[in-house]
Amino acid sequence: MDIGNETLGNQDHLQRRWSHLRKLLERSGPFCHPDFEPSAEILNFVMSSCKVLVIGAGGLGCELLKNLALMGFREIHVIDMDTIDLSNLNRQFLFRIKDIGKPKADVAAEFINARIPGCKVTPHYSKIQDFDEEFYRQFHIIVSGLDSIVARRWMNGMILSLLSYNEGELDQSTLIPMVDGGTEGFKGNARVILPGISACIECTLDLFPPQVTYPLCTIANTPRLPEHCIEYVKLIQWGKENPFDCPIDGDDPNHINWIYEKAQERARQFNIGGLTFRLVHGVVKNIIPAVASTNAVIAASCATEVFKLASSCCLPLNNYMVFNDVDGIYTYTYEAEKNPDCLACSNNVKTLDVKDGNMKLQELIDSLCENPSYQMKSPGITTVIDGKNKTLYLPLIKSIEERTRENLKKTLNELGLKNGSQLIVADVTNPNTIIFSLRMPKENDMVVE
Amino acid sequence: MASPAPKSPEQSEKSKKYDRQLRLWGDHGQAALETCHVCLINATGLGTEVLKSLVLPAIGAFTIVDGKKITEEDLGTNFFLDVDSVGKPRAQIATQLLLELNPDVKGDYVDECPEQLLENNPNFFTHFTVVIAIALSERVLIPLSKSLWAANVPLIVAKSCGLIGYARIQLREHTVVESHPDTQNPDLRLDRPFPALLRHVESIDLDGMDLKDHAHVPYVVPLLKCLQAWRSQHGGNLPANYKEKENFRMEIRKCIRLNEDGVPEAEENFEEAIRAVNFATLPTGISKDVQDILKDDSCINLTSKSKPFWIMARALQDFVANEGEGLLPLRGSLPDMTADTTGYIALQQIYQQESLRCAEIVHRRAQHLVHHLGLADDLITEADTRLFCKHASDLAVVRGTSIADEYDPKTPNASYITQQLDDPTSLMVYYVMLRGVDKFYAEYNTYPGEFNVEADIVKLKGCISKLLGEWGCTSVAKDDYVHEICRYGGSEWHSVSAFIGGCVAQEAIKLITGQYKPVNNTFIYDAITSNTETFTF
Ligand SMILES: [Zn+2]
Repeated sequence: MDIGNETLGNQDHLQRRWSHLRKLLERSGPFCHPDFEPSAEILNFVMSSCKVLVIGAGGLGCELLKNLALMGFREIHVIDMDTIDLSNLNRQFLFRIKDIGKPKADVAAEFINARIPGCKVTPHYSKIQDFDEEFYRQFHIIVSGLDSIVARRWMNGMILSLLSYNEGELDQSTLIPMVDGGTEGFKGNARVILPGISACIECTLDLFPPQVTYPLCTIANTPRLPEHCIEYVKLIQWGKENPFDCPIDGDDPNHINWIYEKAQERARQFNIGGLTFRLVHGVVKNIIPAVASTNAVIAASCATEVFKLASSCCLPLNNYMVFNDVDGIYTYTYEAEKNPDCLACSNNVKTLDVKDGNMKLQELIDSLCENPSYQMKSPGITTVIDGKNKTLYLPLIKSIEERTRENLKKTLNELGLKNGSQLIVADVTNPNTIIFSLRMPKENDMVVE
Repeated sequence: MASPAPKSPEQSEKSKKYDRQLRLWGDHGQAALETCHVCLINATGLGTEVLKSLVLPAIGAFTIVDGKKITEEDLGTNFFLDVDSVGKPRAQIATQLLLELNPDVKGDYVDECPEQLLENNPNFFTHFTVVIAIALSERVLIPLSKSLWAANVPLIVAKSCGLIGYARIQLREHTVVESHPDTQNPDLRLDRPFPALLRHVESIDLDGMDLKDHAHVPYVVPLLKCLQAWRSQHGGNLPANYKEKENFRMEIRKCIRLNEDGVPEAEENFEEAIRAVNFATLPTGISKDVQDILKDDSCINLTSKSKPFWIMARALQDFVANEGEGLLPLRGSLPDMTADTTGYIALQQIYQQESLRCAEIVHRRAQHLVHHLGLADDLITEADTRLFCKHASDLAVVRGTSIADEYDPKTPNASYITQQLDDPTSLMVYYVMLRGVDKFYAEYNTYPGEFNVEADIVKLKGCISKLLGEWGCTSVAKDDYVHEICRYGGSEWHSVSAFIGGCVAQEAIKLITGQYKPVNNTFIYDAITSNTETFTF
């Protein structure tokens, strides 16, 4: 019998299992959302109509699926592009040794559907970028448990692009709330994003710590730490010796072994101690420590917020909570502020200030990557000159990259850009292009003219 | 293919599987985890959530004590029961489904009501590393608390009540060597340079260097040189206030090389020295917390029953009073800084060697104490004392109170509770509400609001007023909160249980591994506002 296709509520032969949720949804209370009207309909909505998308079936994703299923949600989709690895099993509790190598989304969905009758998790073994606006528009709420900042930013851009405005007024029916969780070791955070209304991922880009990098001259000439030796092998020696005729694959034990041995030689040569296999593995793969407990806490907090949004039983988290249980248990809840100049969610014209027209295109691209409020990865830039589109640089398509590479060395003046020129920028961090208006001091225009 | 002969250490399946957590608590933390035995009383939704986050990282074994049969309601909050198991023993099914998570863990169960078990076999619970109790009535909780307090076995009590979560840790004494503080100043000893450091720094002639070498001397060297010069001109004193520190920074800046045009060269190492002034000119001392440990009775009056922690603490105290001249053993680690390899490594080794020298003295003193107490020679290894000395500045001791005492109206917490209740942002009100729920359950054998909200509001209010009266609190039961608690009717929200479950599991891991500082001693979670608070009873 396929319970999932039945109309819900009374016909659920196990309906008493929802009595916990019913008490809270069918009774009024002093701390409810001001618009909350207790009724049996709310649970019916949660169970039969509310469609939730879970992004990621890893540490947070497994927990989220379980939590949502036990909070009554049945129409759940999950997207994950990864397959199961042995090192996932210390926290991703829906997977077993026998599942290693299988897609996370498939195994997780199958497990939940088997354990909780009536729940219908639909797996997607794909990238988030494989789906279009039509796909994302079908969900009421999106909840993400990702380890990639780029993917988070892309998803953020996607839900923002679904918004539509009538004469400047946001059409509320196009708004899909996003609940986002993240963890690292014993620290984590959960947040609620009401796109177009509250702070989005790009508004608070500075919350993401910059990745640790070492200056190339230290790595090459004055190594002091074991990490410097590992980076040397990774960045310089691998390219020179090309031991396996391919780029480094952090999941290939032969590659890690080679790097370990070479890094050890280098450490010995410079008398540097403390180089262990675990460290090499961690640096090469950029491993973030993770435990079951933190994932459980953060995913629980996210699921509570999804339920609040779906049922209106309480006001949702406004809008950011940090968690840390290194010393006792510490949480802090605050309202992250919307950035009026946010690249992703503000409707203002974005201006990009440059020193002068003698700046080279490469320098402009570097500043888009390095500026803390842009943090782009590999931006492509087009412009409009005399009403015609002109590609300045596109890194991702090989033939165009080759054709436009020359432009990197040219100055903005030489490329015909001036004060007020439009730059249309595309990057992996956003599904949409961003239009900048170039702003440079006036006298440089005069130099060109 | 140029594949080299494999020389890398073979990674065991276990270290691959637990890699992400071994990076946090290390192989020794993992070993402690794998030899422990945890007891869970009542496999509710919250109970199995706690165990889930302990079975995954691989505790050695667990035992579930639960006499209940599975109901349909259980299925709505508990992931480790399946639909076919309604009517079967909850302890049995939960054990079975939790064991599926990790073949490295052993588990068994006792299908018996905890109260009866405690009556028939009072010592049953005293053999575990940690006992975690969920949904326990006061009638069972109090004797259990007393028995585990006497046996010195930690007890964690947790509750999930509607949108409110609660956890209480009962432990007599918990000692932590590795507390892993998030931030920590480097231990450089520039105010009290040890002879080897002083000799090394004095042997370096900054003026005779070419620019490249000058810009690659580790900042510790010019900083210590400048500090020595400053002190000789200021009666041996360190730059103490803002103005003096600014002047001292100017002195360092004067040492930066100038080019032909008299413009300072870009010397990052000197910039680092200037930035380090803030912490490096603070007098090296011993924190109040560590001083308290060194003055503690357990440290001063060792007996043959003293734990290794206290014997090492006493050895540390003796070191501080003698060879250390008032200071703790040197930590021995040097932060990374702009420098050439040889200059940095030479300095690093000087710090390391001094640190080992200190640890050796502490170890000899510890051995002497062990011998004197008539204990086994191998009780404290050299590795133990090294670890202890390395973390000497962040040692922690937590001494708790018993739940039985907390529940005894004669134990005064009244002013603490009253004071917190007066603060409208404090979550203390939920502590009082949950205590009221306990009292209500003891009196009526149901949860408030389980069947009738209106009628139970009055009754719960009565219970709470009675409690506040017993404690001598002047506050009154707040109507809104009483109503809210009755609305829950004893229901359990899975996501609230999952939150508290994760927290409790991590606290248990702290107690088992002896790493990181546990909550002392009561934790409240309010899912309505996503706030939490810690109280100490
Ligand atoms: Zn924004």
